[in-house]
Amino acid sequence: MTSAGTPRVAVKNLSKSYGEAPILERVNLDIDAGCFCTIVGASGCGKSTFLRMLLSQERPTQGDILLDGQSLPDEPTPDRGIVFQKYSVFPHLTVWENLILARELEQASLTGRLFGRARKSARESIDGLLDRIGLKAAADRYPAQLSGGMQQRLAIAQALSKQPQVLLLDEPFGALDPGIRVDMHDLLLSLWHEENMTIFMVTHDIHEAFKLGTRLLVFDKIRHDPQAPEAYGATVTYDLPLSHDKTGGPELPGDVIEILRTAP
Amino acid sequence: MRIINRTPSRRTAFLLGFLPFAATVLVYAVASHYRRLDNPADKLLPSLDSMAAAFWRMATVPDRRSGDLLLWVDTVDSLWRLGMGMTVSTTLALVLGIAIGFIPHIRSALAPYLATFSLIPPITILPILFITFGLGEASKIALIVVGTAPVMIRATAQAVLDIPREMIIKAETLGASVWQMVTRLVLPQILPRLITALRLGLVPAWIFLISAEAIASTTGLGYRIFLVRRYLAMDIILPYVVWITLLAFVLDRLLLLLSRRAFRWHHLEGEAL
Repeated sequence: MTSAGTPRVAVKNLSKSYGEAPILERVNLDIDAGCFCTIVGASGCGKSTFLRMLLSQERPTQGDILLDGQSLPDEPTPDRGIVFQKYSVFPHLTVWENLILARELEQASLTGRLFGRARKSARESIDGLLDRIGLKAAADRYPAQLSGGMQQRLAIAQALSKQPQVLLLDEPFGALDPGIRVDMHDLLLSLWHEENMTIFMVTHDIHEAFKLGTRLLVFDKIRHDPQAPEAYGATVTYDLPLSHDKTGGPELPGDVIEILRTAP
Repeated sequence: MRIINRTPSRRTAFLLGFLPFAATVLVYAVASHYRRLDNPADKLLPSLDSMAAAFWRMATVPDRRSGDLLLWVDTVDSLWRLGMGMTVSTTLALVLGIAIGFIPHIRSALAPYLATFSLIPPITILPILFITFGLGEASKIALIVVGTAPVMIRATAQAVLDIPREMIIKAETLGASVWQMVTRLVLPQILPRLITALRLGLVPAWIFLISAEAIASTTGLGYRIFLVRRYLAMDIILPYVVWITLLAFVLDRLLLLLSRRAFRWHHLEGEAL
């Protein structure tokens, strides 16, 4: 647990540019532990870039990101789990092999593979999890033999196998049917309640962002140069706390609606 | 229905595949027949019978001088050279391919060198190999390695680069070390692609094998066809060519079968030739 007063994730004056083109500028955030942070914005506004920096997949051009008061490591580490829109699970491993992989890597440092009794007990240990994500009957199948929703349930379960403090989701349900998404939301929310982790989720779906999040971040450009549309980067333009016990939709500033309508 | 939407049944597919082979044999038989009507002693297009007889003789009658069954001695020697060469090439492809594809510093150090090296026409190295390794087995195997390894290394390195970055990052977040990523992620993912590289590498490998044997050897399939060429012995050359082709075909199919059996996950997504 973090000491009182230190946010789980602190973003300090963060900027990112690719060559001359600024993508993000002056992002400042304090995110408390246990927050479910949903991130929306138009295409190319840097929300995925922001997530990649939280993952240490990319480095900020300026500024800093602190995790529990410490600067992020320079490379991805097990304290931050990730689910991508695709390619999140390993196609050469079956469902249950995907789920025991983290344990195998931890227990067999040389081969990264468990054999015999250890492998069997690893498989038994994920029995409940398989049931939970509805993949018990599909345990011996390869990811290519699963539907999109099943693959993402597997990806989420796999990402949680190291019990990360922070879970990063990059449009995890973007390729799924609306009906399947609702099931995924329930699964994700119940896992979030249990694991007491901090979640960052990038999404294109504003309803999803409101339904799941406890805090909504809207990324957009605040400065526009009509002669040079690439001249300025985006930043966090709205930072809205959301509460889950409300009945109707929340009050939204009109221009947020506008931003989100232009998002694909 | 449009022709692109019609798929043949299994039986039709088999018959269609068989047709060009049958047509080739038929055209040959007719051409041979009419040539021999003009000149019964024609050597250019011997009859199917005489080719079968010559092939049977090579396979079952011991050679008068050495006492060997020439076809089998040639086949075993050639396959041994091919096997040794491809074993070395595959090992190099695996080790260097993964190192180049996975570790940026090694890639920077070796990729330009490899790209340059792979452009040397291998056959131009043959005299150098003969001078350094002598005329024995080593120079023939070395030619096969020089001819196939660079392309196979590049194909393997590309296969590593083609692994989606997302998967490697996911492995990092699951706590994998570099070595563990190689053994649990990279190696299993590229092995089917390595087999493909091996199958494609076998095509030039046969060329270099036959060339090396033709130039300096005393056994081997390539040696034999170039030897009997002096006597215009088409009745031996043609069956040997068919035999070499058959060996190459069987090797290719065996590797495909191995890939399908061992890496079922890889073949779930699409049909491969």
